[in-house]
Amino acid sequence: MSERFVTRGFIGRRGTQDPSGAADTRSRVPPGQYLTRDFPVLSAGPTPRTALDRWSLRIEGLVAAPVEWTWSEFLALPARDWLVDISCVTKWTHLDMRWRGPSVDTLLEAADIDPRAAFVVAFSDGGYTTNLPLGDVLNGGAFVAFEYDGRPLAPEHGGPARLVVPGRYFWKSAKWIRGLRLQSADDPGFWESLGYHNRGDQWREERYSGD
Amino acid sequence: MARSIAWRLATVAAIRDETPTVRSFTLALPDWPGHRPGQHVDIRLTAEDGYSVERSYSIASEPERDGLVDLTVERIPDGEVSAFLHDVVVPGDRFEVRGPIGGYFVWEAPLGGPLLLVAGGSGIVPLMAMLRHRARAGSAAPTRLLYSSRGADEIIYRAELDALATDGSGLDVHHTLTRTQPPGWTGYARRIDERMLADVVEPIRPSTRVFICGPTALVETAANALVRLGLPAGQIRTERFGPTGT
Repeated sequence: MSERFVTRGFIGRRGTQDPSGAADTRSRVPPGQYLTRDFPVLSAGPTPRTALDRWSLRIEGLVAAPVEWTWSEFLALPARDWLVDISCVTKWTHLDMRWRGPSVDTLLEAADIDPRAAFVVAFSDGGYTTNLPLGDVLNGGAFVAFEYDGRPLAPEHGGPARLVVPGRYFWKSAKWIRGLRLQSADDPGFWESLGYHNRGDQWREERYSGD
Repeated sequence: MARSIAWRLATVAAIRDETPTVRSFTLALPDWPGHRPGQHVDIRLTAEDGYSVERSYSIASEPERDGLVDLTVERIPDGEVSAFLHDVVVPGDRFEVRGPIGGYFVWEAPLGGPLLLVAGGSGIVPLMAMLRHRARAGSAAPTRLLYSSRGADEIIYRAELDALATDGSGLDVHHTLTRTQPPGWTGYARRIDERMLADVVEPIRPSTRVFICGPTALVETAANALVRLGLPAGQIRTERFGPTGT
């Protein structure tokens, strides 16, 4: 139906107001989302735990040669703080989440990328994958976080390191990331193969396949 | 490009109290395409002035019921949607629904068992869809449910679970009550832990399929314990809700 059906008696709490009552944040809340101060956890399976001395982050695929960082090498990369709004497809939006980590630009600068590379697949411990057009993660569009709110990223939130793509629903922000694979062709990831939207732009409300 | 999942107008056909804070809503959904046990729907409520909100709720009913879908909703204090559903909605009311959504946290009878279901509070809802489907499909897949509630009056579907557990189909139901236990309680009386899971799933079979749904702390505890007990991580599927506190 194109016209929205008005529900008898529904007024609503106008939950897009900031719960703190501070600034008007309505314009920062994508359609169909509500604001939360919590940091809900959603995962499809058990939380993987990889010892830091066995952890590495890898850039592979359409590159001249794969690049791989150990944990200490990864921490030595130029990192910055990021203050970003996050929206999950399960409807919550959390404003001003503070993270720290290197941008994907920084990671990709270390690799000699083949000009045919147009897509990237993020892959994680536990087998999770998610796909993104290369353009969505360049120019500050994505980073790999190792801190949240000034503390090491907790395992249930994707620690030791997770991808964060603020412009897309949060399933694109792969937890427990172990690498990025550059490809010429798009390759749907875990949720993208299970009925969720391939692109996941929260401002276009691209939640499910076909939206 | 796949077709978009359409918004449909659902009519509330019946409302049933499950516990003091949990209620089930039977929705009549003409042309419902059917769902798989474990899937959820989105609902959308819209006010006169166009303000609208969306939320996701697990489907509680088995797919064998044509055109009727049950949602079981816990009333969250100050919950914008759950409080409206509990306090305002009466049979005959209508709101928009779309789905079914989700294809991973799903069990269907042909997948077989053994099956281990672990629930905390209203996390029982998608697991109940699996159990109802299991019964309707005549499945005898060996199944164990470990269900954590705070007190006896907060156990959702208690009578129905009792009935399913005694129908001879091979379903064992284990309750744990974490806060208060009635006199004479013989079930577990603590939060789910590794020892309790080892008890319930004995013997551990690598082929056991596991579905866990509940608050984050419970899901983390149960999933980690099962991995330590030797179950392959790929056999464990989880669904979580609630804040982590930090």
